[in-house]
Amino acid sequence: MTAILGAATRPRSEQQDVDTRAQIVVVGNGMAGARFVEEVLERDGGRDFRITVLGDEPHGNYNRIMLSPVLAGEADEADIVLNSHDWYAERGVELRAGVRVERIDTVAKVVHAADGTATPYDHVVLATGSHSFIPPMTGVRTASGDLLPGVVGFRTIDETRQMLAAARTHRKAVVMGGGLLGLEAARALQAQGMAVELVHAMGWLMNAQLDAEAGGVVRRSVEELGITVHTDAMATEVLGTDRVTGVVLKDGRTLDCDLLVVAAGVRPHTDVAVRSGVEVERAILVDDRMATDVPDVYAIGECAQHRGTVYGLVAPAWEHATVLADLLTGADPDAAYTGSRTATKLKVAGVDVAVMGVSTPERESDEFLVISEPKRGVYLSVVVRDDQLIGATLVGDTRKVAFLTQAFDRRTPLPTERIKLLVDLSDGDAEVGVAELPGDSQVCNCNGVTKDRICGAVADGCTSLPAVMDATRAGKGCGSCKGLVQRIVEWAADGNLTEEESASWYVPGVPLPKPELIAAIKEHDLRSVSAVFATLARGGEEDAKSKMGLASLLKMIWGSDYVTEPDATFVNDRVHANIQRDGTFSVVPQMKGGVTTPAQLRRIADVAEKYDVPMVKVTGGQRIDLLGIRKEDLPKVWADLGMPSGYAYGKSMRTVKTCVGSDFCRFGLDDSTQLGIDLETRFQGLESPAKIKMAVVGCPRNCAEAYVKDVGVVATGKGRWEVYVGGAAGASVRKGDLLATVSTTSEVLELVGRFLQLYRENGNWLERTYDFVPRFGLDRLKAVLLEDSEGLCAALDEGIQRSIDAYTDPWARDLAAPSSPGQFRTALPLTVLPQVPVR
Amino acid sequence: MTSSLQAHVVGRADEVPVGEGRAFTAGGTPVAVFRLRDGSLRAVAAVCPHAGGPLADGQSDAKVVVCPLHLNAWRWDGTPTTGAGPLPVYAVREEDGALVVEL
Repeated sequence: MTAILGAATRPRSEQQDVDTRAQIVVVGNGMAGARFVEEVLERDGGRDFRITVLGDEPHGNYNRIMLSPVLAGEADEADIVLNSHDWYAERGVELRAGVRVERIDTVAKVVHAADGTATPYDHVVLATGSHSFIPPMTGVRTASGDLLPGVVGFRTIDETRQMLAAARTHRKAVVMGGGLLGLEAARALQAQGMAVELVHAMGWLMNAQLDAEAGGVVRRSVEELGITVHTDAMATEVLGTDRVTGVVLKDGRTLDCDLLVVAAGVRPHTDVAVRSGVEVERAILVDDRMATDVPDVYAIGECAQHRGTVYGLVAPAWEHATVLADLLTGADPDAAYTGSRTATKLKVAGVDVAVMGVSTPERESDEFLVISEPKRGVYLSVVVRDDQLIGATLVGDTRKVAFLTQAFDRRTPLPTERIKLLVDLSDGDAEVGVAELPGDSQVCNCNGVTKDRICGAVADGCTSLPAVMDATRAGKGCGSCKGLVQRIVEWAADGNLTEEESASWYVPGVPLPKPELIAAIKEHDLRSVSAVFATLARGGEEDAKSKMGLASLLKMIWGSDYVTEPDATFVNDRVHANIQRDGTFSVVPQMKGGVTTPAQLRRIADVAEKYDVPMVKVTGGQRIDLLGIRKEDLPKVWADLGMPSGYAYGKSMRTVKTCVGSDFCRFGLDDSTQLGIDLETRFQGLESPAKIKMAVVGCPRNCAEAYVKDVGVVATGKGRWEVYVGGAAGASVRKGDLLATVSTTSEVLELVGRFLQLYRENGNWLERTYDFVPRFGLDRLKAVLLEDSEGLCAALDEGIQRSIDAYTDPWARDLAAPSSPGQFRTALPLTVLPQVPVR
Repeated sequence: MTSSLQAHVVGRADEVPVGEGRAFTAGGTPVAVFRLRDGSLRAVAAVCPHAGGPLADGQSDAKVVVCPLHLNAWRWDGTPTTGAGPLPVYAVREEDGALVVEL
């Protein structure tokens, strides 16, 4: 019987004895300690390790960040439990909650706790976190050394419960500390119905994160909530014998209160480490492996000091936990923690605040950009060093936080116009942080693609921007949303993006960037698109979506020696008209400089009547558009018009708008109309990476909108002309950059020709000048075109002249001889066209 | 299945130039016929299932046809590569200079 009893108890102890797993003891069950346990278990660490967690607090693990909402009554205690007691039990992790660790015998490798237990360890992890700092004040503690009743820190669930209890029975609170925690406590207590005064020792609120101006913006918002704020105010004495009745400030004022919340900062819990002989400065010193100076003793979270930094945020603590779990389980024996770039976004007293890195410039050469609108409660600033974002502060408006966080974390390139870091001048969509963007919001308006669909494509395995664009067509319309699509893809992929090899190629079907492609085409003397595929594409395979870009490029390179192939050409270029939604076409005859004649107008009117043209429309480019023409009617329409094509369909030079200039306008400074006609005559029909729109105006009143054209020319008087490039007023709005001011119209024509040829040779397929000019760089552009810094000008002049010489009017050409049989046959035989409404 | 298919002479084979597409009518159904660069023929519905675009005006290669309106693309088996609906495809052959489509 005894034997049986003995036998009954034996196996359990034997089990322990034969448990050959190494023992990990975690000291501290806060956000860092608990996360570490999770990370170890996730790496199957339960196989090799027995885990014991000793926690001072008598609870399971809870989300400390959520204490403020609990205090404000916005969340329940139950909501913030991360891991319950059961969670630990189910996973075979021994949780000893409510057990304070006294010291570690690092020689015998045993953890001694206040309850008298001694727990042997193979590895011990200190995750003791930090505690509220109670500044020395007369009367803050009772004779026994405890805090005076009514005085609480703001760190634990127990303290939160005390405050909630006080809010029910008392009415006046003073919160000490105008940092994050103090502001949260003040707002929460105010929400609980207490009258709250905030006492802050420094000159402005949140001085650790914000500069004085931003702190002032926060102060306004806090005061608007009805909270009284005292800055530069030190509490020196706490009044009351059985319970707090008030605080005395250094300047002698007394503030009455029946609750005093001390949120004057935290201090790392280091006493266990100190008593155990582990090296401590401000916190427990650790290396990149989270190891202390004592073997097998590690420290993570707020109690750790790494490379001089003690972190007070959860993200670094969790990174610590991950690295240490990688190392101890052997999941990644080379894992190393090299520091965190902390970015934090939160709501402080009802105000959105996001801060990352430094708040003010530190070096002479640091760039510092500030937008301050105290009335609106908005303060935005960025600090840039060596073209990288090293700090940002957003108060009251955190729409740009996604972009800034990315720039900060990944050191991504910054816009040259720094103001765009804080506000988006051209594109309202980009202001929205992608994380906050609702899933059903339409990102690509051209193709009707929502954020959810983009994220879905990423979830389905698309790992690059081009792959997502192919799968969803997002960004494949006007392209103005491409930046936003890219950010969403990056966000959805959470950094797991592959750089598509083809990203640098001119077209997807030929694996070469544009300069190399041009060189190869010239070297192999390739004059047709099919020859390019046969020679340069992988496996000689043709690619439908590359044909149009290649056709344009070959025409640019070879001029009249280009060998046309109808199948290489997009339908618009095959029939020299712009295809409409119902399969009909729009016809825009050339009207140089927007100048027409009664005879032309009569012919256009006759054609419109003869062919029942559903709509005759004056275009934005100062021409007349005949819309809804059937494909088979196109040659007849051209013949009846007897006018050349206006190229309103191609990736080519389109139109030159002009004002009436000095001939008629009483403000006109020069003959803008004639210069516009000359420009259009010289560059008509020129193929290019994307469409080119120009304008010439006779004075800076800019009536023909020259400032927002690919090429804009502005008369400034005395024969001088300003030449602007890279402007746009389409899907993007951008004012052109002033390239040069010249003294003659022939200089204008020469400079514009050089610019166009440079763009044609270097612009990516479908890259408008408003993207090309900033990418190429205005300074370099000026150097190349004005000073011939790269010795290109002669070749540019020659190249553009070759294309100008190759110009023929496509309407006249194909009227004389169709380029292929059935060129103008209907493609929708049973559909009665036009289907568009007739006006 | 096959018994319900009917062969229609829709036009002459030389009406479709190499690399291009032309539209025909086969028994009341508009059909776009393409001649690929290798000389072979393909036939698909003439009307784009996305927004009614004229597919015979689209560009193509050995693998796909691309609609000219919104640049949706389909493989020659009718499966989309850009998330549009499937595209009906038909058997097409050349017989004594005539273009024969089965549907």
